[in-house]
Amino acid sequence: MFLLNRGKAIVLSCASNSQASYYTTAKRLDENYTHFGYKTVKTEEKAGKVLDVFSSVASKYDMMNDVMSGGLHRLWKDRMIQKLNPDNKAVLLDCAGGTGDIAFRFVNYVERRHSQFTDHPNVTVCDINNDMLEVGKSRALERGVSLNWVCSNAEELPFPDQSFTCYTIAFGIRNCTNISKVLQEAYRVLRPGGRFVCLEFSHVSNPILSKIYDTYSFQVIPVMGEVIAGDWNSYQYLVESIRKFPAADEFKQMISNVGFKVVAYEPLTFGTCAIHSGFRLK
Amino acid sequence: MVSLYPHHIPVTTFQRVLLGIGSSVAALQDPYRHDMVAVCGETTASSALEHMKKKMENNATGTRILKEKPRISSSSVDLKVLRGLPPNTLGRQYVDMLNKYQITPDSRLPVKFVDDPEHAYVLQRYREIHDFNHLLLEQPTNLRGEVAVKWFEAIQTTLPMCWLAAIGGLARLSKKRRKLILQRDLLWVIPAAKEAKFFMNIYFEERLQDDLDDIREELGIQIPKSRN
Repeated sequence: MFLLNRGKAIVLSCASNSQASYYTTAKRLDENYTHFGYKTVKTEEKAGKVLDVFSSVASKYDMMNDVMSGGLHRLWKDRMIQKLNPDNKAVLLDCAGGTGDIAFRFVNYVERRHSQFTDHPNVTVCDINNDMLEVGKSRALERGVSLNWVCSNAEELPFPDQSFTCYTIAFGIRNCTNISKVLQEAYRVLRPGGRFVCLEFSHVSNPILSKIYDTYSFQVIPVMGEVIAGDWNSYQYLVESIRKFPAADEFKQMISNVGFKVVAYEPLTFGTCAIHSGFRLK
Repeated sequence: MVSLYPHHIPVTTFQRVLLGIGSSVAALQDPYRHDMVAVCGETTASSALEHMKKKMENNATGTRILKEKPRISSSSVDLKVLRGLPPNTLGRQYVDMLNKYQITPDSRLPVKFVDDPEHAYVLQRYREIHDFNHLLLEQPTNLRGEVAVKWFEAIQTTLPMCWLAAIGGLARLSKKRRKLILQRDLLWVIPAAKEAKFFMNIYFEERLQDDLDDIREELGIQIPKSRN
């Protein structure tokens, strides 16, 4: 009778979370279907939908990050690079790195503590979305930094085995259709001794703070998305996708399952996000 | 909360208030944010939309429009045919206006934040026939013309966003133009708005071949001859 605004999407029932219960119908449990925020979509369609979201948000991405997190995202990313603690021999692959936040921090960190990189910094930024990469490229131009930019899906990287010593992914992995595949690829392209570091939204453990955080996420963020970026739906998707992502312990287990060792995580800002880290030892 | 029509985004009361404040600030800061003007209109419209709907329900053509829910777009209005019509017809004047100001029938944003589907259609219809009001009132699409049309629409629809634009637009005009519009245009537009029939009860798509003066007479709009 009435069209739902995502075309062919089949949507979840609203029983679980009354604040985010915007859509109703039957639930499908099927390996051919996956989640897209709180909606259920065909697995093969998810990547395309994520692409659309990020094409839409690309131009206002950095500004919205600042507004939504009150600037905190900068501190989280600083901590991520600090934890990675790279030197000037490090070879970085930054996945879902579109606008370059992690890549630029990596370069600054190394150049401040060690002598300059011998060539241009050994950094490859990879993203499924070209619009995001374009934003990153223009930022790199402004800074006079020369990096490699590759458009690719993190589930199928176009790099040979053991090409990198560091693999980072910040606020990107929750958007990937098959997280285990991304982790497997990360393992494959890292050299023995290489480190995987992931910064991602997590679950707030404190129940009172969690309620405040939920209210802020669902009541305020989509409104900000509409007013600042003219795009309610993309930011609705973003806050829903955070809740669909596995909790820190479960994600830690997933990382271990593909072969990483010494897997640990560090919650930040009451669990709003967490940095997971693991090593490929052999 | 369920999405009831294409583009519908159901919102909670808290979100609606936030959206109303945010969009009006954004629209005031940057009047070229048409999307924010639209959103502001949507969050403030509700009781006016009920009033408009009732006025349509009390009229045979209005009722038919509400039932058939026609939409104006480049696919529903054949511009080639219109170009061949005699000069004083609604259709010919419409296509000439589109060409002159480089606008298309597709430029109206879809309604998103009105929860009642009937009300949403009424608001969408209002947006889509606004261009015809320029023709009925013989007003250009510059600021002065927009203000005059908004006064007409504000009185007839009672939409808060129309009032905001009517009064805000007046304030934004230069002193000279404001004087002109107050002493000339609004002197006849305001009484015309009060006395004329409800403009949304005209099925514009069916009247494209009609003479504009005939439609004006039917509505009860009299444009004074001694203008300029």
